[in-house]
Amino acid sequence: MTELVLFFLFGALAIVGALAVVFAKNPVRSAMGLILTMLSLAVFYVVQSAYFVAAVQVIVYAGAVMTLFLFVIMLIGVDRSEDLKERIPWQRPLRYVLGLVVLGVVVAVIVGNDWSWVTGISNLTETPVGSAEAIGEGLFTKWVLPFEATSLLLIVAAVGAIALAYFPAKRKERE
Amino acid sequence: MTVTAGWYMTLAAVLFSIGALGILMRRNAVVMFMCIELMLNAVNLTFIAAGQELRDLTGQLAVFFVLVVAAAEVVVGLAIIVAVFRNRKTASVDEFNELKG
Amino acid sequence: MSEFFIRNIWLVILLPAIGTVVLHFFGRRIGQPIAGWIASTMIGLSFFVGLIAAVPLFQGTAEAHVAHVFNWIPALGATAELLWDPLSALMVLVVAGVGTLIHIYAIGYMHGDERFTRFFVYMNLFATSMLTLVLANNFAVLFVGWELVGLCSYLLISFWYVRPSAAAAGKKAFIVNRIGDFGFLIGLMIIFSTFGTLSYTTVLDDPGKLLGAGTATAVGLLLLVGATGKSAQLPLYVWLPDAMEGPTPVSALIHAATMVTAGVFMIARTSSIYALSDTASIVVATIGALTAFYAATIAMAQTDIKRVLAYSTISQLGYMFLGVGSAAYVAGVFHLMTHAFFKALLFLGAGAVIHGMSDEQDILKMGGLWSKMKTTGVTMAVATLAISGIPPFAGFWSKDEILSSAFARGGWWVVLWAIGLVTAGLTAFYMTRWFVLTFLGEPRWDDGIHPHEAPKVMTVPLMVLAALATVGGLINTPFKAGLEHFLEPSFKHLTSAPAGATVWLLAAVSVAVALVGIGVAWRLYSRTDRAEETWTWSIPALWRRMGHAYYMDDVYGTLLVAPGKLVAAWSAFVFDKKVIDGIVNGTGTIVRRIGAALRPLQSGFVRSYALTIAAGAVGFVIWFLATGGL
Repeated sequence: MTELVLFFLFGALAIVGALAVVFAKNPVRSAMGLILTMLSLAVFYVVQSAYFVAAVQVIVYAGAVMTLFLFVIMLIGVDRSEDLKERIPWQRPLRYVLGLVVLGVVVAVIVGNDWSWVTGISNLTETPVGSAEAIGEGLFTKWVLPFEATSLLLIVAAVGAIALAYFPAKRKERE
Repeated sequence: MTVTAGWYMTLAAVLFSIGALGILMRRNAVVMFMCIELMLNAVNLTFIAAGQELRDLTGQLAVFFVLVVAAAEVVVGLAIIVAVFRNRKTASVDEFNELKG
Repeated sequence: MSEFFIRNIWLVILLPAIGTVVLHFFGRRIGQPIAGWIASTMIGLSFFVGLIAAVPLFQGTAEAHVAHVFNWIPALGATAELLWDPLSALMVLVVAGVGTLIHIYAIGYMHGDERFTRFFVYMNLFATSMLTLVLANNFAVLFVGWELVGLCSYLLISFWYVRPSAAAAGKKAFIVNRIGDFGFLIGLMIIFSTFGTLSYTTVLDDPGKLLGAGTATAVGLLLLVGATGKSAQLPLYVWLPDAMEGPTPVSALIHAATMVTAGVFMIARTSSIYALSDTASIVVATIGALTAFYAATIAMAQTDIKRVLAYSTISQLGYMFLGVGSAAYVAGVFHLMTHAFFKALLFLGAGAVIHGMSDEQDILKMGGLWSKMKTTGVTMAVATLAISGIPPFAGFWSKDEILSSAFARGGWWVVLWAIGLVTAGLTAFYMTRWFVLTFLGEPRWDDGIHPHEAPKVMTVPLMVLAALATVGGLINTPFKAGLEHFLEPSFKHLTSAPAGATVWLLAAVSVAVALVGIGVAWRLYSRTDRAEETWTWSIPALWRRMGHAYYMDDVYGTLLVAPGKLVAAWSAFVFDKKVIDGIVNGTGTIVRRIGAALRPLQSGFVRSYALTIAAGAVGFVIWFLATGGL
């Protein structure tokens, strides 16, 4: 019962936030919408016993990444509205059609409900609890290689971003 | 009626298609990026739901990695957008069409 | 020792090949005349090896031996195999023996020539090729040798290539040969498709099993086409007179003693196939007889000292064809051998005369050389008697064996015998004319020419060959058919040489005819003291035509060469330019147009790209769902 209420409530919030991302004129409003969606999803994670992941989602995703987005929007200038002139007019109807098709396809997949092709499942009897311990255990034994790879990736990304920002454009030097 | 994994996945599908629509619609580079983030979140929800369904912790671990990679991607992508913006003073992707044939 | 050489008979081919390679790379440093001696030694060693390997064959104790050298094209039954049997042994001895003498002679003849060493490279290469040809144990190796001797002929005819006529003569020889080779190849293809292999052991052992009479005729005629080209018979003889542009040793070696006999050899080798087809044999013999007569008439009216001999060669080759055509294979091969002796002798002697006369070649401008060039004169007299068929010289025994074999078969063969008899008279006539005009009578040479005898290195081979021309015939007489016994294992369908009273009667007739020819020529020419033809059969027009070889070259030119040039011009300027270039350029244009058409796809708009990606992804998913697979 509780789950049902939570589902409908936060599901609606998530969709509202998504629509805000897409349709808001002001980029800051889009960012806000995205934060709303992320928080709703965090609730869903908790409902499904993925506690650690939910925490990480709130702290890292909604907290750090979105903050970064807001910084950039601030830098680029929020009062600049988009150039409203449409350059590729013939794409408009196509977009909506495509959106619907994507939705239809995914739903079809779900309704089909065929899980037999999934490999590598451990087949436990009861739902595992996503506590920090459990995640940590999996992370450092079976999934240690992706773990190390992603940590490398993070370093590279950080260095790359610094490099991009550190060397100003040539045009600026000439000015 | 109980909320099964299928419900969550439908919700995720809806979020995903909204994000896809957003990419095709918007011209502001930063907003396009946020739509990509939206799609990634939808995928995360799918992973968790599948993990529930198949009773495996792998779903949550996958989410973990998606999160990390998305963060790295955002860092680099936004750095690029800032660098490009410094040159062009506009964030509309339609302006960046020098690679045409 | 014989056993060793028989097993390693490929040494015969290897030795001159070594000579070729060594002289090619080091010739300049070795210099004249040592290069010439090296070349002569290599071919001399080949002769030596052949001689020792032939000893068991002489004694009649050895079987034919196949020496396997290496695998070549197994699919065609073509392995590098050499056959050592009496026939190939005889050919090796003739080729290498006469060849050695000519090599030694050439050291003197080519003295001072700028490309002396290159000459001997080619000569040794020729020896290698000819020996390959005669030692082959399958048609493929035979054909390799066949083509290589054609190549060497081209190289040596146009040796003095700075002269346009020499270059043209070389090309003519090669091209006419090629025409013959076309027929030859088709014959080989038929052989291969019938027998599944090209090896002699399979094909020649008992061809009747697989070869019907009709196919045998076809094969025989096609091989004859090839032989006609190589051995200068009608109608592919036209290259031989022009080949006299080459140095005289070349004429002696290639165009008298060895290469031109390849056709005869080939027909003799494939005797078991010709035995199956009377038609083919008759054609071979008829072409031989007609060519003999035709060439003899032309020879009567030639004034160049070498051209007389060239047409004489064509005529004598006709005799050999008559011999092998009448299944008198031993007679044909015998005449091949004796002809090698006296024709090489004649050419070398002519070379000595040319050398002594400072390159004068017109016999109307000679005369009275007997006193100035004694050795040459004597050896030439011997050679003339030999070729005229006067006993006991070599030519008599071989030519008569051919004529009596033809006569003995009766019917159409008697007609051929008659043609051969008349030709014998003509041969005696023109050879005597040649000798008399050159050596006897009053001197008619230009001022400033001082005829002198050739150096020893040239006259010694002359004397050796003269000795051979004298006694060489005695190895196969009706008294003791030595050569026939020797060659018996090589020919399974031998008609034994006729014997008995008829033979002697026929011999007497042909000797009489020859004496008549000699006598007539002697009367007509021995008193010539002016540099022009004094007696032209009272029919100047006919004589002129004979002098110009019936203008056959011009006939060929209009009939064959001119249309060929038209086709070539059309191909080059019409077909190549418009069609081929059109296709190639057109392909480029098409590609460019397609590129231009596709270019708008890359608009530069990221969102269009994103749309395309999304559409593609959706397409994929739908496809997967539809086909049910993943």
